[in-house]
Amino acid sequence: MTGKSKENFNSNYLNYIKTQDPPTQHFKNCAAAFGVGGLICCIGQFIRFMLEYAGLTGDELAGATSIILIFLGCFLTGLGVYDRIGRYAGAGSIVPITGFANSVTSPAIEFKTEGWIYGMAAKMFTVAGAIIVFGVFSGVLVGLVYFFI
Amino acid sequence: MSKKGNTVFFKNKPRIASYAAICGSKEKTGVIGEFADITLEDDMYEESTYEKAECKMLTNAISLAIEKGGLNEKDIDVLFSGDLLNQIISASFAARDYSFPFLGVYSACSTMSESIMLAAMLVNAGYVKHAVAATGSHFASAERQYRYPLELGCTRPPQAQWTVTGAGGCVIADVKNGVKITSATMGRVCDYGVTDVNNMGAAMAPVNGIIPP
Repeated sequence: MTGKSKENFNSNYLNYIKTQDPPTQHFKNCAAAFGVGGLICCIGQFIRFMLEYAGLTGDELAGATSIILIFLGCFLTGLGVYDRIGRYAGAGSIVPITGFANSVTSPAIEFKTEGWIYGMAAKMFTVAGAIIVFGVFSGVLVGLVYFFI
Repeated sequence: MSKKGNTVFFKNKPRIASYAAICGSKEKTGVIGEFADITLEDDMYEESTYEKAECKMLTNAISLAIEKGGLNEKDIDVLFSGDLLNQIISASFAARDYSFPFLGVYSACSTMSESIMLAAMLVNAGYVKHAVAATGSHFASAERQYRYPLELGCTRPPQAQWTVTGAGGCVIADVKNGVKITSATMGRVCDYGVTDVNNMGAAMAPVNGIIPP
């Protein structure tokens, strides 16, 4: 050790390795995320228009649009395309509903080798579990606030 | 005295009698590619899972190392091996196919060097004649063990490192030809507080001397 306290030493080391990391290209990443995320939203809107044209309205319309987008997310994950889009687009393909579909489908594919019940079904929510827990939790909180006011 | 600090010195100079390496297609294009005996055409190595592929690579590396040394299974006294998976399962399953005893080693990236050190110690002391040290890892199985599923559309930070797809083995023996093993240093565990799962290099190979004051 350098004669300093362990905490000091560790923070020095962590600061040092930060200077050695290749820099993240924030502008390029943001532009790619904006472009791809926007494109996914445009596709969603296009599907919505088409369904509206076909005669769906209200909740049915929103539900059907989501279902189609979720299907596309799962399907592209299964084909091994979605992770490539994700590598390029970052948050642009994680934030839309297709990203959530991907986070459920990808562990399901990965853990299929451990069996259908203890593998695929049990491990399916390893990534998405946190989103579901906090999603439901914040839903409860908002519901309580809404109930009292 | 054959030990100074944490370093042990081998008086009888055991040697690496023979060796073999198997690597994946990504590794083939790198600087170590030309030294591999076998290159995988596909990452599954004709198996149904990546874990089985890892195990098969390790088995083939051990067998090839023994074969290249002009030995057979009966000549080997002990196998030191390990890998990155839970319960060093690839190494244990690879050892299942052999009649010689198996001593499991878990030491993450330094599994190979630790195996060689332990094998050299036994050979130097004269307890065994031929010891095999081997290890293997697979990118896909390590990703699953430590990080995210392969198909998850997340980005890798620029400092992220890749786990090698490959396996290697060597026979350590008291012979006349081959690379001498003169000494080995036993490592301490140094935890400098790195918690980034994508930056294993910073966590596992910290160097005291390079840290600015």
